[in-house]
Amino acid sequence: MSEFRELYQEVILDHGKNPRNFREAAEGERTAYGHNPLCGDKIQVHVAMDHGVIENVAFHGQGCAISTASASMMTQTLKGKTLEAAETMFQSFHNLITGTGDPETDLAGLGKLAVFAGVREFPVRVKCATLAWHTFKAALTHSEEPASTE
Amino acid sequence: MSQGETSLKQASQSGPRGCNTAAALAGGRIREQFPILETTVHGKPLIYMDSAATTQKPQRVIDAIVRHFTHRCSNVHRGVHKLSQLATESYESARETVRRGIGAAESQEIIFTRGTTEAINLVAQTFGRQRIGEGDEVLITAMEHHSNIVPWQMLRDEKGIVLKVVPINDRGDIDLNDYEALLSDRTRMVSIALISNALGTINPVKEMVRLAHARNIPVLVDGAQAVGHDVVDVQDLDCDFFALSGHKMYAPSGIGALYGKADLLDEMPPYQGGGDMIATVTFDKTVYNGIPHRFEAGTPNIVGAVGMGAAFDFLQETCFEAITAHEHDLLTYATEQVGAVPGIRLIGTAKKKAAVLSFMLEGAHPHDVGTILDLDGIAVRAGHHCAQPVMDRFGVPATVRASFAVYNLRSDIDALVQGLHKVREVFCK
Ligand SMILES: Cc1ncc(COP(=O)(O)O)c(C=O)c1O
Repeated sequence: MSEFRELYQEVILDHGKNPRNFREAAEGERTAYGHNPLCGDKIQVHVAMDHGVIENVAFHGQGCAISTASASMMTQTLKGKTLEAAETMFQSFHNLITGTGDPETDLAGLGKLAVFAGVREFPVRVKCATLAWHTFKAALTHSEEPASTE
Repeated sequence: MSQGETSLKQASQSGPRGCNTAAALAGGRIREQFPILETTVHGKPLIYMDSAATTQKPQRVIDAIVRHFTHRCSNVHRGVHKLSQLATESYESARETVRRGIGAAESQEIIFTRGTTEAINLVAQTFGRQRIGEGDEVLITAMEHHSNIVPWQMLRDEKGIVLKVVPINDRGDIDLNDYEALLSDRTRMVSIALISNALGTINPVKEMVRLAHARNIPVLVDGAQAVGHDVVDVQDLDCDFFALSGHKMYAPSGIGALYGKADLLDEMPPYQGGGDMIATVTFDKTVYNGIPHRFEAGTPNIVGAVGMGAAFDFLQETCFEAITAHEHDLLTYATEQVGAVPGIRLIGTAKKKAAVLSFMLEGAHPHDVGTILDLDGIAVRAGHHCAQPVMDRFGVPATVRASFAVYNLRSDIDALVQGLHKVREVFCK
């Protein structure tokens, strides 16, 4: 398999091209803006909460295949999770793509997100993969400042 | 025969004796002088097409730096001992080499800076602060690098000056009529790039200077992308200030220069305070040094200046006629070949262009293009090129940019095209 195929897995290419839950914010959702100044990627993440559970997550914006796919798959994964579970996932996801932590436990909890493991070979792309997650967290805290990867 | 080959042939016939020719550069012998080109990246030979960001360094520059540290390392303008004299001599002779390299009249008109960015900030913070007041206008173009936007915005926020912008058309050209119309009786400064790093546009700077001078408006030229690629003659341009960066013309980073006409520099207040920029200091009063030293507070980047001098020597030896013809051939070839890849949209198609090719590939984000090319050892820039207003103007978040220098070959462009086909296989099925 060519090296770039390890990064650009079919699932990632698919979500990059046809992002899921890709839409403007709906009435009553919390929204935050995220920006990666390095490459100009800009996204918005919208969250609807219901008694501590993530009822719905969606996103909008423009970015590279990695950041778009990461956002798309994040929205699918987080739906129905508690905030604690979401926080744990982000930590595992971050460990996975930076090559830190314990791969066994991290992979176990990540499910489909494991396809992003290839990112660890591309340190400059880590920020692409985490932009949506940072923005998600900003949406929860109602931050006025755009989330930034810097 | 392609257009590129014709111009190559003409240039090779006209190359003066002792100088390189475009044909010689196309043959690639000059690559031997750039040790980094032996490097492999991801197991592939490095193909470097990011010279608009920074150029690679020839052995001659590397040697000059090593020689300086080995034999002449000392502070400048401060010692009676032999080494200090030698270091001062090297530093000042580099200033003279820069003077000659850009055609200035006197070496005291050359101020060493960290680069173009510092040179522009120096002018904004001294000349600008002194002479531009509330309601006065500074005119720039829509294709400026952030370093020729932000220093003026800082002055705007501090003093209430007005920043005006000459628009560009869809090719990336300005219209001289628009420019002239924007020169008003409140314009106190025109500050423009000779060559745009994001689009490659070569601006008609000489004419722009003439039009500004007809209204007594001084002009700063951002020459970061020009020096090293074509002959620069500041007296012929008749600009008042000219900013350049060493690292974009085969010298190290952290060194550059500001050229200013002596009568203007003489009138300007100092930039930073410290050693070397003073004549006498007591706690009551300090008398500032003359030019250029008034603008060079503190121990300067001595070895950087030495490297920059060596880079000008390298350029002179290589011969501008050959460099320009060779790079023009590369641009023509790249425009044809890359332009023929399905889904390519070129960003920046000005009538007169330097060897910079910015483009988008439909269906693939520039960052993804950059990563896939990188895995083939191909170094291009993917991003906004510190020119976000240009990206906004063309409605793109970023572009891929291939930029060429003396060491590039047509085969580098062939590799780029192959790489782009690979990107298409992944993203544009
Ligand atoms: C047109 C132009 N102006 C200014 C600069 C800033 O140069 P430096 O970063 O060397 O100060 C650059 C560098 O990219 C440039 O291309």
